[in-house]
Amino acid sequence: MDRGHYKIFLGMAAGVGKTYRMLQEGRAEAEAGRDVAIGYLEPHKREETSAQARGLELVPRRTVAYRGVEVEEMDLPGVLSRQPDLALIDELAHSNPPGLEHGKRFEDIAEVLAAGIDVFSTVNVQHLESLNDRVAELTGVRVRETVPDSVLGTADEVVLIDLTPEALVARLRAGKIYPGDNIQAALDNFFRIENLAALREVSLRQVAEEVESKRLTLHVPEQLGTREERVAAEVPQAVGERLLALVRPQPSSQRLVRRAWRSAQRLGTDLDLLWVKPPGKPIEGDVERQVTALRQLASVLGATLLIEEHDDLVVAVARVVRERGSTYLMVGESLPRKGLSRLREPLPQRLMRATPGGVDVRIVAHRGGKEESE
Amino acid sequence: MIEHFLVGFALLLGLSGGYLIASTRWRGKRSERPQQVHQILLPFTGTEISRRALDAALRLAKAEHATLMPAYLAAVPKQLPLECAIPAEAAKAMPMLEAIEQRATGQGVPVDARVERGRSYRHALSRLLEHETFDRVVVSATATGAAGFSGDDLVWLLAKAPAEVLILRPGPEDRRVLTA
Repeated sequence: MDRGHYKIFLGMAAGVGKTYRMLQEGRAEAEAGRDVAIGYLEPHKREETSAQARGLELVPRRTVAYRGVEVEEMDLPGVLSRQPDLALIDELAHSNPPGLEHGKRFEDIAEVLAAGIDVFSTVNVQHLESLNDRVAELTGVRVRETVPDSVLGTADEVVLIDLTPEALVARLRAGKIYPGDNIQAALDNFFRIENLAALREVSLRQVAEEVESKRLTLHVPEQLGTREERVAAEVPQAVGERLLALVRPQPSSQRLVRRAWRSAQRLGTDLDLLWVKPPGKPIEGDVERQVTALRQLASVLGATLLIEEHDDLVVAVARVVRERGSTYLMVGESLPRKGLSRLREPLPQRLMRATPGGVDVRIVAHRGGKEESE
Repeated sequence: MIEHFLVGFALLLGLSGGYLIASTRWRGKRSERPQQVHQILLPFTGTEISRRALDAALRLAKAEHATLMPAYLAAVPKQLPLECAIPAEAAKAMPMLEAIEQRATGQGVPVDARVERGRSYRHALSRLLEHETFDRVVVSATATGAAGFSGDDLVWLLAKAPAEVLILRPGPEDRRVLTA
C-alpha cells in the first residue's frame, strides 16, 4: 500500500490561520469529490474556524481518563476504520495521555499515512525541537510539547501560513484569537510585536531550509559516486549560504569570529569556525586556553568549532568547505611575508583555486589597518 | 706535536664543560622564574560600560604591559540550558567587545576578550574566576543598578577574586559611558 500524501501547515504563532487554511483546503478537496473527514479539530472557540469545519464529516473523539479527569482525544482506530481519502488532523505536536497507541499525535499521523490515507495537519514553529531553545530565548516562553524536526522532513508539502506581526496583533485585539479576558495578557507577553517578528523570521527561515534540503535530496542522481561527491556536486546550487571562518588559537581570531558572526546574522546563515591544527602539536598551555575561549565563544554564538589536523591548510580547508557546503570563507589578514615565502601565491588565491566555484573568500583586516577588504 | 694536541684537547674539554655548566644553571634560573600571567579583567554587563572604568583598566594595562580581558557576563534564563547559544545576548556583547577592542588597540593595549554565561551575573563571574587567571579586576560601581552588579556582588567579588580588585566610584557628574 502506498503511503498517504502528507501536508503540514506551519505557523509562527497561534492565530495565524493554520487550522482555517487546513479546513479551507480540505473543503476544496471535498468539493472536488474526494472523501474527506476531520480526524481531530481544535477550533479554540474561534467562530471563523468552526464555520469552515461545517459540512465536513467529523470522526467522533474518544474519551480518555487522565489523572482523574476525562479528556477528549483523537480516535486513531476510528480514523483508520473510517478510511477516508483525506484526514484533517489538527495540532501534530500534541502529547497523548498515557494508555493510547502512541505518545505523540505525529506518531498517530504516521500510522494514518501508513494506511494509505492522505493527511493535512498543523504545527507552530516553536514546537520544533531544534528551535525550542531559540524561540524560548527570543520570547521568554518555553513550549513543553515538542516534535523532532524530522517530522517536517517527512511531509510531502510544508505550507507556511504567514501573517505580519501587526496583522496578527490586530486579529488578537479584535478577539479573533482569544476571548476578551485573555487579550491584554497575551499582548503583554507572547504577542509583542518584537516577539512575533522574531518568530516570523524563524518560521520563514525554517521553511526555506526545508525547501532547500528537499531540492538537494530530489536532485541528487543515485549513480553519482560517494556521498561526499554528491554533496560537492550539489552545494554550488544551494540557495542558502553557509559561512566558514578560519581561526587560530590566538586572541586576534576573536575579532574575525565577531565579524563572521555579524555577517552570518545578516545572511541568516550558519557559521562554522575552523582551526587547521599542525599535526603532532599537542593542545596545551596557552594554546589550550585559547582553544577553550574559542569553543566558549562559538557556543555562545551558536557556531560550530571544527578542529582539523592537517599539514596543508589549503587542502584541509577545501575538504571542509565541500563537506559543510560552505559558500563564504572568511580569513584573517596574513602577516607581511618575508624571504622565500614572498614567492608563494597568497593564501586567499590558493583557497579560491582549491575550493568549489562560487565560494567567496573574504579577508578581515587586522585591527589598526584598514577595516575590511573584499 | 702530541703535547700541542693534548693541550688543545684539554682546552676544548674545559670550554665544553664550562658551557654545559653555565647553560644548565641558566636553564635552572629560567625555570625558577614565576609564571606571570599579566591580565586585567574588566567584567561588564549590558550595552554600556563606564568610560572611567575602561580608561583606568587601559591605563593600568599600558603601564604594566598587560593584556586587557574584557568579559561580557550574560545571565541565561532558568528555562534554558546554561550552555545554550544566546544570540540575543551575543547581539549586545559583540558590538561592545568590538568597541572596547578598538579603544584598546588605539592605545596599544592587547585584548583577549571573553563572554561568560551564568544564571546570574555573579554566577557568570564565578565561572570566569574558575578557569581564567588574571592579576587585577577593574569594575565600575556605576555598572551597578538594574542591569549590572549589585553592592553584594561587589562585596562577593572582593572576597572571592584571587587578584587585586579595583572598584571605581565616579563622581555624580561623571556619566561618561562607552556604547557600541
